[in-house]
Order: sequence, then structure tokens, then C-alpha cells
Amino acid sequence: MAEFTLPKNSKVLKGKKYPAKAGTKNVRTFRVYRWNEEDGQNPHIDEYEVDMDACGPMVLDALIKIKNEVDSTLTFRRSCREGICGSCAMNIDGSNTLACTKACDEIKGDVKIYPLPHMPVVKDLVPDLTNFYAQYASIKPWLRTQTPAPDTERLQTKEDRAKLDGLYECILCASCSTACPSYWWNGDKYLGPAALLQAYRFIADSRDEDTGARLDELEDPFKLYRCHTIMNCTNTCPKGLNPAKAIGEIKKLMVERKGV
Amino acid sequence: MSTPGMDRANLRTPLKEVRGLGSAKSGTRHFIVQRVTGIALALLTIWIVGFVLTLVHAGDYLHARELLRHTFAAVWLIAFIVMAFWHAQLGLQVVIEDYVHTSWLEMLSQIAVKFVCAGAALTGVVAVIRIAIGA
Repeated sequence: MAEFTLPKNSKVLKGKKYPAKAGTKNVRTFRVYRWNEEDGQNPHIDEYEVDMDACGPMVLDALIKIKNEVDSTLTFRRSCREGICGSCAMNIDGSNTLACTKACDEIKGDVKIYPLPHMPVVKDLVPDLTNFYAQYASIKPWLRTQTPAPDTERLQTKEDRAKLDGLYECILCASCSTACPSYWWNGDKYLGPAALLQAYRFIADSRDEDTGARLDELEDPFKLYRCHTIMNCTNTCPKGLNPAKAIGEIKKLMVERKGV
Repeated sequence: MSTPGMDRANLRTPLKEVRGLGSAKSGTRHFIVQRVTGIALALLTIWIVGFVLTLVHAGDYLHARELLRHTFAAVWLIAFIVMAFWHAQLGLQVVIEDYVHTSWLEMLSQIAVKFVCAGAALTGVVAVIRIAIGA
């Protein structure tokens, strides 16, 4: 049944404070979730005071500065630092986004940073996304065709290509899926907004010949219909995409082929 | 070396876990009926609010009973009762699927919801018919 309190060893405690050097003028406090399986301690929130006059504008800049100059044990994923790899997705100031494209100036007060919600934590800000990636793999995210491959590219009209706009840009950062309450409660069976947006990306592709089978694979009370149009996915997407709309389009096709 | 991400406890790959029992190939009918009953209820609710107000202002019991004996009123009332409990059953089913994850308890509550909704709808319908044909 439902549990309404955290287990004792999951309660988030107050952690260490790392004050800025005396005389620093432009100080910003970053309150960061820390947890390390190996030390056997509860999760805790460490406070880092950062000199913003010597720091880049984005939250990721501050995290990198903290790791380089203050506390090298702070663990997080990052790679491209320009919003294209999706590695640094985390919960900043209460919503999931990419640390590299979230400006510190957009946040009022202390900057609170947690890992993506409701995922198992590997360490600090690093969530275990194994299930998320397996769900992506399960929708078979590649063109499925029966017609033998042509000698040249598989062609599509400009109009058909335009149907992929708003879909192909997804970088699989997992911000949307981990913002979805339905995914929190049933993430083992519900595919989640990211995988469903990707599924629709191939359903909508004029070159894919397996639309019916794709719809068959999704037609399930849990895989697809756990979406209750909560819209957190669309609200939080750091790339400005609309997974809720993609899911709605899948549902429309389901109804279209079945008939009311 | 084991497959990356493989659950060390049960030696199954993540894809095996995610694909699970496969697709149930259903859910669309549920989705459609939930919306159709929703539309019906939206329309019927406008009528029933007016009708209940008329009943309240009917003065006495006999007069109110007369209002219910009209075929039109009886049919719409039955439609409202059936749609309301049908819609409620579909909605509660989803809520239970969402939140109850103990297998036996889920099955028990799903059956209970179906019985209660069907029973309540039947009771309502028979009551309206009794008044309508004056038993």
C-alpha cells in the first residue's frame, strides 16, 4: 500500500556549509542534494556560497566552479554545456531542467538543486536512468520498413518533413518523464512522455512503414493510457517541446483506427 | 562481464523488464467510453440541475411525483443515473490502477467498484421506473 513517510535512512538532513571567502561581494548560495551510497549516511543538503563575479551565468557554471574550486566530491553529469546532450538534467528551483541552459538570474533566492525526481540515485545529482533508456529502446526508435532500401536516400516531402518538427529535437534528458506523477507512480509500466514523444516521432514519419504495429505496441492501459494530461512534461521541457501534444496525437490515431 | 544496467538481483536485462507482458491491445475503448459518457453527463447535468430545482419548488410530494411520471423526465433521469455510474466506474478504475499496487487489494477494489456502481445504477433505475409506472 501507499507509504506516506520516507524511510529513516532516506530523510534529507542538513549538511555542510561552505562559506564564500571573506570580502566577496556578489554571493549566491547553492543548496545541493548530496548522497553517497558508500558512506552509509542519509542524504543531506550542502550549502555552497559562490562568488558570482567570478562565475559564469548558468547553474552548470556554478556547479563546475564548486567542483573545481570548493568540493571535488560533488558528483553530477555534464558534457556539452550547451543544451544539446541532455546530460545535466536535474531539478533546479523546483522544476526539471538542464543546468547548462538555466541562468542563475532566473532564480530568486537560494538556488536549490536536486537530482531528477523519483529515480533511484546513483550518487548526488546522478540518477539511474536504466529503466528510462530501456523504455526508449522498447519503442524501437528507428525507421521500420518492408520495402527494400532504395539506392539513394529515403525521400519525403517538405510537408511531411515538417511534421517531425517539435519531435526530432528531443534530447532524451528525462526532464519530462521524471516530472510526470503518472510516471512516478507507474514508471515500470507507463512509458512516460519522453518515450511516447519518440514513439510518435516515428509514427509521424512518412518514411516509416510500421505505423500499425507501432500503435499496436502502444495500445495498452499502462504503456500509453497512464497519461492523464497533467501537462507537467510540456511545462518543464527545457527544449520547449510538447510531449503532451504528441501523446494526444497518438491517442487520436488510436481512436481514428478504432472508430467511436 | 554482465550487460550494462542489468539488475544484479534477478539477472534480467532492463529491456526484458520494460517489455514485460507486452501490450494488452486495449485501452482505447475505455478511453472513448470515458469521454462519451463525460459528454453525455455534461449535457444531462444541465438538465438535472433544472429538474431538481423544479422538484424542490413542486410544493408537495404528490406534485413532485407527478413530474417524475412524465416519460421524458423518467428517460432522462435514467440516462443520467446510468451515465453517472458508468463514468464513475471507469474513472475509479483508473484511480485504483494508478495508486493501488498491492495485487490482491487492487483486484478486490476493482471488483468492489464494479459491483457498487452496477448495484447503485440498477437501484436508481428501478426506483425511477417504479415511480414512472406508478407502482
